[in-house]
Amino acid sequence: MTREEIIEKVKGTLAEEFEVDESVIQPEAVIYETLQLDSLSLVDLVAVVQYTFKVKIPAEELPTIKTFAQLYDYIESHVA
Amino acid sequence: MNRVVITGMGIWSCLGQTLDEVRDSLYTGRSGIVLSAERKEAGFRSGLCANVPKPDLKKLIPRNLRMFMPEEAQYAYMATLQALDHAKIDQDFLDAHEVGIIYGNDSVAEATMAALDKFREFRDTAACGSGAIFQSMNSTVTMNLACLFRLRGINLTASAACASSSLAIGNAYLLIKNGLQDCIICGGAQEANMYSVASFDGIQAFSLREDNPTQASRPFDRDRDGLVPGGGAATVILESYDHAVKRGATILGEIVSWGFSGNGDHISTPNVAGPTRSLELALKNGGILPQQIGYVNAHATSTKAGDGREALAIAQTFGDYRVPVTSTKSQTGHEMWMAGASELIYSMLMMKNGFIAGNTGFENPDEETAKVNVVPETREAHFDMFLSNSFGFGGTNSTLIVKNI
Repeated sequence: MTREEIIEKVKGTLAEEFEVDESVIQPEAVIYETLQLDSLSLVDLVAVVQYTFKVKIPAEELPTIKTFAQLYDYIESHVA
Repeated sequence: MNRVVITGMGIWSCLGQTLDEVRDSLYTGRSGIVLSAERKEAGFRSGLCANVPKPDLKKLIPRNLRMFMPEEAQYAYMATLQALDHAKIDQDFLDAHEVGIIYGNDSVAEATMAALDKFREFRDTAACGSGAIFQSMNSTVTMNLACLFRLRGINLTASAACASSSLAIGNAYLLIKNGLQDCIICGGAQEANMYSVASFDGIQAFSLREDNPTQASRPFDRDRDGLVPGGGAATVILESYDHAVKRGATILGEIVSWGFSGNGDHISTPNVAGPTRSLELALKNGGILPQQIGYVNAHATSTKAGDGREALAIAQTFGDYRVPVTSTKSQTGHEMWMAGASELIYSMLMMKNGFIAGNTGFENPDEETAKVNVVPETREAHFDMFLSNSFGFGGTNSTLIVKNI
């Protein structure tokens, strides 16, 4: 899967799941603010990434993923 | 002791999603039952079910709160919005007063299944998602609604099979009567998805009259062959009489008595003695004579054993008085956890609008059901007091009596 494909898929999936416009999902945007995540809905981000890419983001890695660009990096480096 | 009155009603049912729609469906005998191709394809013995539309809550509740709500909580939210509006209770009132909630619910099958499917597929508990724990507890309706409406009174789910919401209303009646609460949101919710009733279909409890869905649920009829599963939610607002008068509410009816009993017998096959005690206790507790009851909304679900035994219990309780009896399940199917509350509303709509909705599909009685006066077609009728039965698996029985105001 290319980075472009990952980006497109993340945008489409997260926009639908968190009910935001795809246009707000920009590389340097902060995920938590953009998707209005709280401590509970953060679990849904992990779950959706897992369903979509078969990539598990461990709890200890989560604090290092702040922006969408960092999320793309993580998925790109772990996707099969 | 306080008098306990009804000041608001709301419903999300296969007969309609407003009180006016439901009233018209009852009056005209419109059935809410359909044949589901999805259920047949999935392996159901009977594909008959109620046609309950899904509400769209996107514009009403933010995503992060909606994630906690399974289907039954969504139905209950819609019914409760209506009931509060009907009772002229707004959020400011709820914020300023101690209002409680007691709701009947006895399954969370689809939510539980969906979450555990994800857990097993990914071998990871986080895959269940954030809403799963809140969606898959039996008290999901009361936990969601209590938070959404910021309720600070009693917060309780009643789980008692198909008597759940009748017992919810009965318990709320007792709390208000005894002065422990002034106002309680009551009701019942029933998930309408196929997963909630797959195992019920598995014990061959459902009607196989698939060639005629609208006549499949035919309580008391000689040729009944099983129930049809339904769903949705129904909410009634109960208050003490003084509380209702003080805030200038329109009083619709008064809960004048409640009776209940246990069969102490078989888990699924009812007996006559248990329901009879529930009926007799309701009359006795309210000091009510059988002749004062103008209409009985029966529990009758369209099963051989259940309808016959309820008919005998009614006949034994009412003696020579041939009280008019119908089961609205002839139009709605069996709304199970919701039925006690929804059937109270159906009966209220009849009482307030001067008619008795016909027991559709009733063509011939059998030996037992001939002992009661089943009304087969809608007729104009004035009555000022009705009795509503709800019975459930495990032999739990509940009977409410409501007077017109």
